[in-house]
Amino acid sequence: MEIINTATPSSNIVKSNSKLINTKRKTKEKLIYIFLGLATAITLGFLFWLVGYIIINGILHIDLIYLMPAIVTTIYMVLIGLGIAVPIGVGAAIYLQEYATEGKFVKVIRFATECLTAVPSILFGLFGMLFFVTTLKMSWSLLAGGLTVSIMILPTVVKTTEEALKTVPISYREASLALGANKIMTILKVVLPSSIPGILAGIVLSMGRIIGETAAIYLTAGTVFGFPDSIMNSGRTLSVHLYILAKEGVSLSEAYGAAVVLLIIILSLNCLSYFIATKMKKLK
Amino acid sequence: MEKTMKNIFWLCAGLTVMCILFIGGFILIKGIPFFSHTNLIEFLFGQHWMPSGEIFGIYPMLVASFYATLGSITVGIIIGISTAIVITQILPTRLADMCSKTIDLLAGIPSIIYGFFGLMVIVPILEKHFGGKGGGLSLLAVIIILSFMILPTIIRMTEVSLRAVPNEFKEGAYALGATRLQYIFKVQLKAAKSGILAGIILAIGRALGETMAVMLVAGNTPLIPSSIIDPVRTITANIAMEMAYAAGVHQQALFATGLILFVIIISINICMQLLIKKLERR
Repeated sequence: MEIINTATPSSNIVKSNSKLINTKRKTKEKLIYIFLGLATAITLGFLFWLVGYIIINGILHIDLIYLMPAIVTTIYMVLIGLGIAVPIGVGAAIYLQEYATEGKFVKVIRFATECLTAVPSILFGLFGMLFFVTTLKMSWSLLAGGLTVSIMILPTVVKTTEEALKTVPISYREASLALGANKIMTILKVVLPSSIPGILAGIVLSMGRIIGETAAIYLTAGTVFGFPDSIMNSGRTLSVHLYILAKEGVSLSEAYGAAVVLLIIILSLNCLSYFIATKMKKLK
Repeated sequence: MEKTMKNIFWLCAGLTVMCILFIGGFILIKGIPFFSHTNLIEFLFGQHWMPSGEIFGIYPMLVASFYATLGSITVGIIIGISTAIVITQILPTRLADMCSKTIDLLAGIPSIIYGFFGLMVIVPILEKHFGGKGGGLSLLAVIIILSFMILPTIIRMTEVSLRAVPNEFKEGAYALGATRLQYIFKVQLKAAKSGILAGIILAIGRALGETMAVMLVAGNTPLIPSSIIDPVRTITANIAMEMAYAAGVHQQALFATGLILFVIIISINICMQLLIKKLERR
């Protein structure tokens, strides 16, 4: 009797205790959920706020004719940058993916591209200014800027191309070799064509990076606002233009206009890259 | 034909390596002569930056960059990982898909637009509520815009690594009576830590290296900040601001600043790579 008597109250305590722990845990979990929700709301809220603010304030100030020199300069910059980086980057990726066997050289290349990704654009700008502008005497010019950004986007091109080449099934290569094609024919006629969407998505991404770049171009291409006559002229891309307008703070409506154009270009490029990438997935 | 093409591809790969060596070497060669003017210790720990008096100390800038990076990374990690958890674990698939696509699309927004937004919106708000010496141009403004700038990077990487955790872990945790949150925090996040860390490194690099956006909202006074609403100048801004007109020793001092930044970035990268490898091996 005695044993039972002592047992009942203590088990009751355990029960109420576990109930207490349970409710405590439930409120704790609730708090965590609320916090997580809040964090998500902050992220999305901020991004919508940013985009909404720029578009609402700038949409009425878009003046494409006034912005034309900056847009033309930006196009030049993209063409020079991609024109140099894409062939080299694709070539490097082909070597890494199709020829190289895992060894020291490959490790060094991978390490170098990783470092190149980590280097901030201001250092590319500094280098470009020291080397292209001063040492090679190009002065502030589209060419110096284009060369600088081409080095900047090189790792992105290498990496995305490599990923694209990886998605081509080995059986394609085997089939091509079995039909009597040599390795180079296989790469150029079979592997590259079937990885084009992936390479394109990477190129569009790099395009966005060049268009959005400010620091490196500011130090190497100068800030002259006008239609460039040749690639040896100085020019001001859209991003640099926005920076200068924002810094001077004189004509804010123009700054809003430039920001909106820049934003729309970048968002549509991103959509395009995304669209190409999904198409590639569907094809697979 | 076969051989020449192979050589061409090899050359391309070699060029990529050359680029990094060349950039590093060039900045090194151009930066080192400066240290005969001011020695490394004085340069790193000198409290004053007065190019006109040929006094070059980058300590205030180092401190500013450190605070800005630390602050934005802390905020970015807390908000970013939480958002990634909500997207991958809590929201229904279609909604989660939409969220993650939106964040992806926004990841490409140029930093200058963040800077412009910061200047037009964040700075006036800070001025109204805190005042401060710079009238809103402050360390806090830098931290705010950098946090949001690095968010997409952290979210993306966390998302990918959370999704890569095998489903068996979840089943096992649930079978042992874990709740969803216990599973997420005690099992899944731990399993995904090397990927999350890789995202954080990328984000640190971006925050530390950002220049123009920071320049717009930082106030750019080369003084050690005594509070979070003081104006600051980061290392990157120091280079970009004065490079255009600097000459002689002043210009060399800026090359040396670039050299220090380069060394910092590369060493952070190498340390973190080693750490990730160690984590993955376990």
